[in-house]
Amino acid sequence: MKHLLSVEDLDRDRIVELLDGSEYMSDVLGREIPKVPALRGKTIVSLFYEDSTRTRLSFETAAKRLGADTMTFTAGSSSVKKGESLLDTVKTIESMGIDAMVVRHSAAGAPHRVARWIDASVINAGDGRHEHPTQALLDAFTLRRRRGDVTGARIGIVGDVRNSRVARSGIQCWSRLGAQVTLIGPPTLMPERVDGWPVEVTSDLDDILSELDVVYVLRVQQERIGRALLPSLREYYARWGLSVDRAERLKPDALVMHPGPMIRGSEIATEVVDGPRSLVRDQVANGVAVRMAVLWDLIGSGGMA
Amino acid sequence: MSVLIRGGRVIDETGERDADVLVRDGVIAEVGPGLDAAGATVLDADGAVVAPGLVDIQVHFREPGREDAETLETGARAAALGGFTAVVAMPNTTPPLDDAKVVGSVLEHGRRTACLVTVAGCITRGREGRELAPLGELYDLGVRIFTDDGDCVADANVMRRALEYSSALPGAVIAQHAEDPAMVAGGHMHEGEWSARLGIPGRPAAAEVTIVARDLELARITGGRYHVLHMSTAGATALVRAAKAEGVRVTAEASPQHFTLTDAECASFDPVFKMNPPLRSDADVEAIVAGLVDGTIDAIATDHAPHTPATKELPFEEAPPGMLGVETALAVSITRLSDPGTLTLADVLARLSWQPARIAGLDALGHGLPVAVGNPANLCVIDPAETWVVEADRSASKSRNTPWAGWKLTGRVRHTVLRGQPVVINREAHA
Repeated sequence: MKHLLSVEDLDRDRIVELLDGSEYMSDVLGREIPKVPALRGKTIVSLFYEDSTRTRLSFETAAKRLGADTMTFTAGSSSVKKGESLLDTVKTIESMGIDAMVVRHSAAGAPHRVARWIDASVINAGDGRHEHPTQALLDAFTLRRRRGDVTGARIGIVGDVRNSRVARSGIQCWSRLGAQVTLIGPPTLMPERVDGWPVEVTSDLDDILSELDVVYVLRVQQERIGRALLPSLREYYARWGLSVDRAERLKPDALVMHPGPMIRGSEIATEVVDGPRSLVRDQVANGVAVRMAVLWDLIGSGGMA
Repeated sequence: MSVLIRGGRVIDETGERDADVLVRDGVIAEVGPGLDAAGATVLDADGAVVAPGLVDIQVHFREPGREDAETLETGARAAALGGFTAVVAMPNTTPPLDDAKVVGSVLEHGRRTACLVTVAGCITRGREGRELAPLGELYDLGVRIFTDDGDCVADANVMRRALEYSSALPGAVIAQHAEDPAMVAGGHMHEGEWSARLGIPGRPAAAEVTIVARDLELARITGGRYHVLHMSTAGATALVRAAKAEGVRVTAEASPQHFTLTDAECASFDPVFKMNPPLRSDADVEAIVAGLVDGTIDAIATDHAPHTPATKELPFEEAPPGMLGVETALAVSITRLSDPGTLTLADVLARLSWQPARIAGLDALGHGLPVAVGNPANLCVIDPAETWVVEADRSASKSRNTPWAGWKLTGRVRHTVLRGQPVVINREAHA
């Protein structure tokens, strides 16, 4: 595999392979000196056309833990402001000699375009509303660590699925690993069509709450209100927010996940984020291990130990 | 000067027959078997079809304003290579064609290119959808199609008044880019299964259907002439079919891409497949074909929309909409419609020549007329069974954004004759 562009390109075995690799990297991170020189001499560029804190830092940390050299390019502080096109920017960076490019862009398919333009490996770090494959892998990794197995888990993804790349990648990753996914939220935030998707859809969170093993909460943005998708965030929270009351009605061992950034009180209660069901901190921590595994898999020069 | 088109089979509105065609001083002088003329330039039509020149009532030749993407000259040459002898350039230029001075200068230039380039005028000043453009002044210059194409006239009252006012101008037609702007705001492809999967915000079919439904009612109450540009949905096709049956003065066109390609192409994220209205679903494509077959859709028009590589080589959501079309329209239509037997070749030519010519009033300028003595010699000669592979880099357009690159197509233009002058001879431009 040369690029990681979409979970859609990964079959179950490939996902499991990357999760197993992440397990190894997680062990490395637990060592006294949490580094391996596996990518020494390699150069990895982060090309971020959209604001991101955790994904960019997570990739850069992963690259450094593997001994790679890193460069960062963010749209706000560069030639993009001067009007340079994505194609020209990418070609310019490539000519500096790079092995992998980590691309975050607000337009769906931008990393796929980049992959056609350059020889280096391209990793999708989030493209518009399309996909965010490393987020899906780190979520699966996090759940697998906690439960032992993802197969058979009932996962409810709650919120703005229509506009969520995390959901698009997650749905495919979870279902390929044998989980059952239900999308939950107001019809205005559900995908317009789900033909052929391995999901069920409901707008009644309370009805399904007690059946779920995992509640995966998505961020809901204020800007949806201006576009007539929601009357108000208060009304949203009342029907679809993961409140303390709702959390209490979950199965005893049910877990709560969120890809961040969170708006506490807007989609999820503070007490639930910080409570015992929450995997939110594990998700962030595991992000580094999973991205190490992906980088190693794509540009490493040998089998993983 | 005389030109003898020898050995072909003539197909026009009146029927088919084997005949040579002798052209003298820009006019068809003789039609019949075994013609001879000393000193005439002979164009070999052996095994070929001789037809009235094709007429494209929707192209964007980008002049004035974006001459880096196309000019009247390059666009007209590409059109001539595609068998067209007349085209109607849309008015969404910079500045827009909402003023007699600008329109006059474009028309003047368009009379001297490899294919007659006429223009559509704006419906509203500045294409802003509020005040009427000087429809009468533009009409007096010869403009017959009025449109804000690229944008929909969203205000129902403005649309009503445009239909009303234009009914005083015989032969004028109000042509709508039927997509409700509020419904398609922020959208980049057809809203459906594929947009949901790709996470690309959609432009729903309902945005076209609702505008066409409204406009048909406005055409009904005003008696104005209404034309649906690049109709793309099953829903709008059904509405137009019903309105025609009731006698509403409506015509419609469809583009080759809308009766051939679907939204599934967008999965490549290649912006060459981006256009407005967007490539639709399989069911829509089938409905457009059915509309072409039963006459609901009168014309095939390309919406030839050149963009430079620099503006098109962007992420899908950031790239401008539009595809090239004039060089491939006939071949795609033959490949898709007449080769499989859905339509006869004569039916395809009707939708590419005399029917669009009548919608745009270009019959009065000598286009789409029967191949008969006394008519202006605007003709094309076609190899209907010739197969070829589209190569983007060989296009005569200034731009390269063809969705057909690599397609093996059937049907090719051998010669094109404009006002008696061969402008394309053996697939090579001579103007």
